[in-house]
Amino acid sequence: MNISDAAFYFFITALPIAAVVGFLVRAKVQNAFNDTHWRSLPVHYAFYVGLFIVLPGAITFFFASALHLLTLYTADGFYVLVIAVLLSVLGSIYSLKNVRPTLCARESVERIIRYFLVVAALISILTTIGIVLAIVFEAIHFFKIVSLWEFLTGTHWAPDDATEGNTTGMFGSIPIFAGTFMITIIAMCVAVPVGILSAVYMSEYASERVRNIAKPALEILAGIPTVVYGFFAAITVSPLVVEFAEVVGLHADYTNALTPGLVMGIMIIPFISSLSDDVIRAVPRSLRDASLALGTTNSETIIKIVLPTALPGIIAACLLGVSRALGETMIVVMAAGLRPNLTWNPLEGMTTVTVRIVDALTGDQAFNSPETLSAFGLGLVLLVITLMLNFISIYVTRRFRSQYE
Amino acid sequence: MNKIVSTKALKRRYRKEKIFKGAAVFALLLAASFLVFFFSNMIGKGMSAFSQAEILVDVHYNEASVKSYRKAVDKPYRKIVSRGWLRTLPLYMEDNPEVMRTTRQEWVLATADVDQYLKGYTNRLKDKHKQQIDKLQEEGRVKLAFNTGFFTRGDSKMAELAGIKSAVIGSILVLLVTLAIALPIGVMTAIYLEEFAPDNRITQLVEVNINNLAAIPSILFGLLGLAIFINFFGVPRSSALVGGLTLALMTLPVIIITTRAALRAVPSSIREAAYGLGASRWQAVFHHVLPLAFPGILTGTIIGLAQAMGETAPLLVIGMMAYIPDAPTSFTDAATVLPAQIFTWAGESIRAYEERTAAAILVLVTILLSMNAFAIWLRKRFETRW
Amino acid sequence: MSKSKISINQLKLWYGESQALHGIDLGIAEKKITSFIGPSGCGKSTLLRCLNRMNDHISSCRIEGNVLMDDIDIYDPSVDVVQLRSHVGMVFQKPNPFPKSIYENVAYAPRIHGIASKGAEMDELVENVLKKASLWNEVKDKLHEPGTALSGGQQQRLCIARTIAVKPEVILMDEPCSALDPIASAKIEELMDELKKEYTIIIVTHSMQQAARVSDFTAFFYMGNLIEFGNTGDIFTKPKQQQTEDYITGRFG
Repeated sequence: MNISDAAFYFFITALPIAAVVGFLVRAKVQNAFNDTHWRSLPVHYAFYVGLFIVLPGAITFFFASALHLLTLYTADGFYVLVIAVLLSVLGSIYSLKNVRPTLCARESVERIIRYFLVVAALISILTTIGIVLAIVFEAIHFFKIVSLWEFLTGTHWAPDDATEGNTTGMFGSIPIFAGTFMITIIAMCVAVPVGILSAVYMSEYASERVRNIAKPALEILAGIPTVVYGFFAAITVSPLVVEFAEVVGLHADYTNALTPGLVMGIMIIPFISSLSDDVIRAVPRSLRDASLALGTTNSETIIKIVLPTALPGIIAACLLGVSRALGETMIVVMAAGLRPNLTWNPLEGMTTVTVRIVDALTGDQAFNSPETLSAFGLGLVLLVITLMLNFISIYVTRRFRSQYE
Repeated sequence: MNKIVSTKALKRRYRKEKIFKGAAVFALLLAASFLVFFFSNMIGKGMSAFSQAEILVDVHYNEASVKSYRKAVDKPYRKIVSRGWLRTLPLYMEDNPEVMRTTRQEWVLATADVDQYLKGYTNRLKDKHKQQIDKLQEEGRVKLAFNTGFFTRGDSKMAELAGIKSAVIGSILVLLVTLAIALPIGVMTAIYLEEFAPDNRITQLVEVNINNLAAIPSILFGLLGLAIFINFFGVPRSSALVGGLTLALMTLPVIIITTRAALRAVPSSIREAAYGLGASRWQAVFHHVLPLAFPGILTGTIIGLAQAMGETAPLLVIGMMAYIPDAPTSFTDAATVLPAQIFTWAGESIRAYEERTAAAILVLVTILLSMNAFAIWLRKRFETRW
Repeated sequence: MSKSKISINQLKLWYGESQALHGIDLGIAEKKITSFIGPSGCGKSTLLRCLNRMNDHISSCRIEGNVLMDDIDIYDPSVDVVQLRSHVGMVFQKPNPFPKSIYENVAYAPRIHGIASKGAEMDELVENVLKKASLWNEVKDKLHEPGTALSGGQQQRLCIARTIAVKPEVILMDEPCSALDPIASAKIEELMDELKKEYTIIIVTHSMQQAARVSDFTAFFYMGNLIEFGNTGDIFTKPKQQQTEDYITGRFG
């Protein structure tokens, strides 16, 4: 019997037992409730006993599976089950003996529930730590094989040619980051002006009715899955770009950097517009009135007073947009191409960090091959950049808030 | 004496005003026109996939066709009737022995090329088959019928048989896992942070953490799933379980943030009123605050799930883009999800898959938009102004 | 009574369905201080905002009747609202300096209107205006610090300075002292007395003492009607209407 089966058997029997015993306890306390002064309500005693029946076993299984997962020691499920049952029986005897008027059952139950809440909160921390550790750990493996310096300064990326022994010159990440930044810049060139101007229109010019239509419409853009944008980029936009390039006498690859950049820009518009809209609306009405009362036009007031006041928030919105663009995967996987290419021409195919990560992890390579590990090296850099951008935007927003809230 | 009437300098300023306002309108229209373009494009590409070519032929149910399924239809039709469909015949006859030794005239699935030819798209149909189809069409023996197979079949290497059923079931399984993990943990974390946590360093750390978690690119969650769930804990690769776990961690911050907002929106006077009646902190939260915050929590959960449902990148990394013709039956079976199915179909070179990709997109986007619309409706419906 | 700078004729105003002003007739004397008093919601602030068309920004607002400034109807289509506002300035209830430096607060509007542009010319204008607003001595060493860092009273004087930098003819003040302490209020009142040599001032106030102290004429409003208008002295000593007397003696309001 393995541990998960044992746990299954335990819970399937312990939970009903706990429920039944709980009900009995409640009934018993209820009967005696009016005779003596009880510290807590009957239902609290019921929960008290119930928790003492289930928890000892649950904790046993938690430790047993933790030991197993950390590959320290694998206990036979049967023995774990025996121990769990034993502890739960002890727990129930102890708690049943304790059920008397002087017991502060509610306090005990609330304390236990509070521990649950703390554990839940810790999981969110563990996830972040988990991501960081998982990536750092594998990235260290990678940087043992390929030197960090070479990774950051090399201009040639050819992981397919790399073998266990020979990796020199195969993992230079500059062309990959060049592609990433090129596509991000194109995306921001679309998203920042369109996003901010849309936000200005919605918050400063539009009537309530137009706003009530425009805002959800923009949010639909944010709700479209990225794989859909990717398909749209590859099937519809890419041929358009190629045709357009031909008309103006240029040659464009079918997988060019411009297409994913444009589509990604459209995807990011709602992030920037909705955050900017919020901060622009947070600029006090009185500042606008003051400016208008001085005989300025709407646009003068917006450009000279409203936007400078909202600037920190708008910058934060743009930074979040940048971090979205850097980490966006599906659009570039489907439309940007795989070829690491160091060029200034957005009509050529370029590849990005996320594309290489997906490519490295969806091949048939063994997990410890340099190519697979390179995904973690790239992931680490992506993680560091994203977290930095996030910290800057938190800092900027906080300064904005302290000024106007 | 017309000093408050327009002047030349003012006209220049008004021109700037017009240009600026025009630019703002243009920006919004640009975004809106993209939306219209996108949807008309997808509908134009995808609607045709909801109908499928069928041919009226005689089907021979007999031992010969059990042995060699191609013999179930007469020779001239063998090139235009779906081979994938013919292949299912022997099993069908085994299950339904009463049809044996009969010949029935039935509407049967045509090949993808016939289908594309009828819809007027590029295809690889030979000229003699084109003439055959034209003739059949005159006789009324070819039609485009509603494509029920698209919803009732799984993925297939034959375009005319490919459907979204297994992907939809995979998506449902993944979302169940996500919901079962992210909802309780998320709500509990939010309750702790908003109602119980002391305002100290550790609490601030958790808050910064959640904020960071929301900003981490989704693909890195895939790396986490791969390194921790698959390699370390040994959860089966490509399974709904590992997909659900990974997406749960992604959805967690959304649920925490919205739940906290919902809890915060409940005015402290409600809590104080409960304390005033002798309720404990926990009782105040459980009896008064949580019920009032419930619509907000539900809204956040639906939005988080919609996000998880549309996510693809982390699932590629943990192998959920496999070819899955049959729907998964358990959480540990290899599964695929709707967005991943779209991704794999988008990579197919055959034209017939393109319309199916667009059709799957229409299905996915419809589901996601209705989830979001429902969430917004819920928020509006239960919005309380304190 | 001296010449009317602004004359309001049968002005009616609606917010959506509800009527806020019921046919107001009033003449505002040039280079005098006129105060509007009355209980909350009587329409005095609404009327004030009509005089530089700040109500234009409220979509549900509708107006009948006319307001003549120097015999031109300010609601005439040929009148430009931006130009109008550069002649009719406004100071608000809460001090609202822009989140810019003191210097920029004053220089903002003259620069837009092209009143002054070059460095020295602008410096001179800023200095003059701040002196007129009796703020110069307090801020001359910190012109480039943010205006929001000043005290409430100083902020409000900065807002007045900002308004007179445009060289308006009329200044509207919407309860300019309600957010200030008595000493800061006294300074503003002194300043108003100084300013009326050059400008026509209309002030909305909740404080009857303030109205009595600073204004030459007083208009009493109640429920969107002008109840009584006359010399401040007359209004406060021998009001003709019962409602006015009730209000100034504190029986309602």
